[in-house]
Amino acid sequence: MSLFKYSAPSSFYPLAGRLVPWFGTLAFLLAVGGLYLGLFVAPEDYQQGEVYRIIFIHVPSAWMGMFIYLVMAMYALLALVYQTRLSAMMMEALAPTGMMFTALALWTGALWGKPTWGTYWVWDARMTSTLILLFLYVGYMALVNAIDDKKRADKAGALLVLVGSINVPIIYFSVKWWNTLHQGASVSLTQGNKMAATMLAGMLIMALACWMYSIAVALCRVRAIILERELHAAWVKDIREVRT
Amino acid sequence: MDFFSMDGRGFYVWGSFGAFLAAIVIEIVLVRLRIHRAQKAVCDTLGSADPSGTENSDAGKGSK
Amino acid sequence: MSAVLASEQELSTPERGVWLTLTRDIKLAMRSKGELAQALAFFIIVVSLFPLAIGPESAVLKRIAAGVVWVCALLAVMLTLPRLFQSDYVDGTLEQLALSPYPLPLLCAGKMLAHWLSTGLPLAMVAPVLGLQFGLDASELLVMVAGLLIGTPVLTMLGAIGAALVLGVRGGSILMALLVLPLYIPVLIFGAGAVEASLAGIDATANLSLLAAMLLFGLVTTPFAAAAAVKISLD
Repeated sequence: MSLFKYSAPSSFYPLAGRLVPWFGTLAFLLAVGGLYLGLFVAPEDYQQGEVYRIIFIHVPSAWMGMFIYLVMAMYALLALVYQTRLSAMMMEALAPTGMMFTALALWTGALWGKPTWGTYWVWDARMTSTLILLFLYVGYMALVNAIDDKKRADKAGALLVLVGSINVPIIYFSVKWWNTLHQGASVSLTQGNKMAATMLAGMLIMALACWMYSIAVALCRVRAIILERELHAAWVKDIREVRT
Repeated sequence: MDFFSMDGRGFYVWGSFGAFLAAIVIEIVLVRLRIHRAQKAVCDTLGSADPSGTENSDAGKGSK
Repeated sequence: MSAVLASEQELSTPERGVWLTLTRDIKLAMRSKGELAQALAFFIIVVSLFPLAIGPESAVLKRIAAGVVWVCALLAVMLTLPRLFQSDYVDGTLEQLALSPYPLPLLCAGKMLAHWLSTGLPLAMVAPVLGLQFGLDASELLVMVAGLLIGTPVLTMLGAIGAALVLGVRGGSILMALLVLPLYIPVLIFGAGAVEASLAGIDATANLSLLAAMLLFGLVTTPFAAAAAVKISLD
């Protein structure tokens, strides 16, 4: 299997190195295009005014926060079932980026909420579950950092993410339930107005840019992780960066 | 100037975009630092130890 | 400990695995009644702090009673989680258990049951007294106790996974709080929600049945997850 060839850190390291510039360039071009569409082309929202432009980074951030956790859960399954070390390294490489996007989603959401709803924070179902998602990221990173034995840290982290990912829908449902029970202060996020095509396009392009960015950064970070762990492996002395 | 004021809500809009940009720039810098440090560590171990010394027990695990 | 294990191995039907750890852990818990009392005392004291911090208006206290009792139950259960595996891990019994002919998930289930009987159950028993301090009525107290009886086993089961993962890791207890508390949120919401529903005059069965659903789901899945976590930590 040609795919399994790349599950060995020694062959994945150079492959990742070749892929990073491509994904990075793609992310940059998409971001430039998306920001241009979002900030200059897309018309002003007739209800929210200019401030709605925050959604061009808020929504992609929130999506990436959730999506990266999902990807981590998939890698966790691979790490536990097939015992592939690379999957666990990918989880470790993805987690900081996922956490960053989740935190950015909360931050931009708060800054969007103040002028729109009149308050920085609402215990809205989506914001609350995003906050809990941030806690899940924090828990994973704390666990992996606290365990010195890398093999154990990999498996423990994978199990935690798997348990967490099974809990994510339950958490989301429970928060939603809780939110409908306390209807008082909640404000509906779903806008009644239809989104203009350029707005939607801008948002999707920005989401794509964030996706490509995440891949580039995760690949770059996983290369560092591979080198840190395989410091004494024989193949390391043949890599390009060392020979030159 | 109109563009930067954003209906007078520039603080919120640019606070969001600024934080977003700052976070990404910081992450890129940190990741680049991390990989450079890792590569340097590899060079250091190769430079200091004699070639036979680098072939320790981890070497076999290099291919899965 | 290993002698006890060896002598019982002749009777090794899988179900005995549950019984083995259950009786053993209960015996150990009974022997250290002080620890058992500590968790209860912690629960009672922390719950009693809230009226002092917030003020004695009965309307406010009644409003927050369910949340306070549930958050404190969460914390009390969490603080006792190291009891599940820690001492067995340190003296090597856990390794013996993992090597025994009994399936590890069943042994973990027995441990969870023993832990619940020595923490969750007593908490649920004293909760009505605390509820009275907050001015809850009989029907609301009933819902609260029912919720605690259904919900605290879920806390134990989820906590067992976290407790097994942090075995022998530095900064274990704070780390465990980080791992476990986010997973406890649904239990908190439905448990406190049940009492609030009955306060508002709504039927609380919806909340309680959701808690029960989580309990059933947890019963089927968490022993396996906890066993996997134990294996990871023993490697």
